[in-house]
Amino acid sequence: MTTTLHAIRVGLRRGGTELMLSLKSTQDLSFYILMALIALGYLYLRRDTIVEGTDLSFPTLAMPSLLGSLMVFGLVMGPAGQLAMDREDGTLLRAKAVPGGILGYVMGQIVTMSGSLVPMLLIVLLPGAFLFDDLMPSGGAGWIRLLWVMLLGIVAILPIGIIIGSLVPSLQKVNTWGLFPMMILAGISGIFYPIQALWGWLQGVAQAFPMYWMGLGMRSAFLPDEAASLELQESWQTGQMITVLSIWAILGLVLAPILLRRMARRQSGSSVGAAREQAAQWVR
Amino acid sequence: MEATQSEVAVDVRDLRMRYGDKDVLDGVSFTVKRGEVVTLLGPNGAGKTTTIEILEGFRLRSGGDVRVLDADPAHGDEAWRARTGVVLQSWRDHARWTPRQLLRLLGRYYLPYSTDEMVRPRDTEDLIRLVGLQDQADQKIRTLSGGQRRRLDVAVGIIGRPELLFLDEPTAGLDPHGKREFHELIHALVDLEDTTILLTTHDLAEAEKLADRILILAAGRIIADGSADALANEIEAKTEVRWTHKGKAHVHATSDATEYVRDLFRQHATGISNLEVRRASLEDTYIALVQKYESGYQTETPTALEEASR
Repeated sequence: MTTTLHAIRVGLRRGGTELMLSLKSTQDLSFYILMALIALGYLYLRRDTIVEGTDLSFPTLAMPSLLGSLMVFGLVMGPAGQLAMDREDGTLLRAKAVPGGILGYVMGQIVTMSGSLVPMLLIVLLPGAFLFDDLMPSGGAGWIRLLWVMLLGIVAILPIGIIIGSLVPSLQKVNTWGLFPMMILAGISGIFYPIQALWGWLQGVAQAFPMYWMGLGMRSAFLPDEAASLELQESWQTGQMITVLSIWAILGLVLAPILLRRMARRQSGSSVGAAREQAAQWVR
Repeated sequence: MEATQSEVAVDVRDLRMRYGDKDVLDGVSFTVKRGEVVTLLGPNGAGKTTTIEILEGFRLRSGGDVRVLDADPAHGDEAWRARTGVVLQSWRDHARWTPRQLLRLLGRYYLPYSTDEMVRPRDTEDLIRLVGLQDQADQKIRTLSGGQRRRLDVAVGIIGRPELLFLDEPTAGLDPHGKREFHELIHALVDLEDTTILLTTHDLAEAEKLADRILILAAGRIIADGSADALANEIEAKTEVRWTHKGKAHVHATSDATEYVRDLFRQHATGISNLEVRRASLEDTYIALVQKYESGYQTETPTALEEASR
């Protein structure tokens, strides 16, 4: 038990180092900035649009949805890409070769991936607050709501990323397995336009996935209560949100360790070597 | 009971590995005693990597008994893992980290496994000095040269003061200078403490330089087992005798060169010059052995399937 706890502690430290290295990395920072520019640019172009039936501007309404979808993208694509890469480049094998290393590695991933949400969201939110009006969680209750929605989101969505990262055959396939489904979900989950614009059955599909609920949850934290009248059922549907995200969380927490362990078991020097060969061919 | 068992670090009996319908390992048996440095030598595709990965606990075997530090590596727990070291061939992992950061972090994993006799992990600064990375300790790992990287790999492998260290093709891809540096590092390790080492190579000169004992693996079996000298004797080593008689060059292969030369002089009292007696080198022995086995016991050579890392 103490050795397990120790491995977890080393893993937390690993996550801290990774996070710090990521914040110092030009590559990661420019990725965040590029994403922020696209999101803010889109909102800025439509800054004068007032949403029908309200006195709220489009950016005010769309910003929380965007933040919700960014969270989902980050929590799925982050671990999926990182796991696929760490498997190929031997990071995971290194972890396997030291006592408690795999547990530490996973803890490190959780810290890094949850932690990198902060710069990713802040870099969109802070400039947004200066550009647009009414763009902060509504009151103390709003902030508290923001916090628990984010925490629930992490628990529900991070395992999905880990599962995709454990199953995806190679780094090159991560977009097909992760990014494309995410983009489709973003398109049907009321992120960019009201979900009511879609057919009923498609609304049903969207509501089965965390993307819709994260958008809704973030709106419920940021927007005044009157804005709930724009939603389906004219309500924030807090109960349903907790239920759906909890189901995803339970599924993920059961499946992710199993698939992760299966993947780690298959790691060996020759599998890393084979990936290296493969990558050399890609370069050529 | 513990005392009698722990004399042997690795005990492999009738190890088998099958991929699909192909036997990569076909009844491999050998032991490695504590403190020994043993090389698994063989041509590409002979099953060296498969063997060492089974012993490391990274790969499950199809059959046979394997004991590594008195445990089955397929079920080795974390405490067992702490007593072994694996030198991996790094490629581009931890590119943003510095050697000092990585060694500090990986060392921490060994803290719960420290005992009075065996202080784990090794001190990071000592380790950096030991592998000669003082000048690169705070550089990003991606900026290290191939040789420096390999020395970092060794540092990671020995950070927990392993009782048994595995190295799979440690010098593949190194230039001659890098190779020599690496060999010196291994010698230093062996002299410094009584680490048991099992390494694979397809480079005969390397095997000869590093190992107390050489196991030759060909076509999925151990075909020879002994010191470099013993191996050269083991195969009925023919010695080559060359001479010139009345301006004409002659070559003759014999197993008893002394007797042959005596005869030669008896027949020709004069006129013999350029006499040269050349014993089979280890390389000749090795090539002869491998050829004999690959042609005799195997109708087709094993595929390079499991040796893709070169």
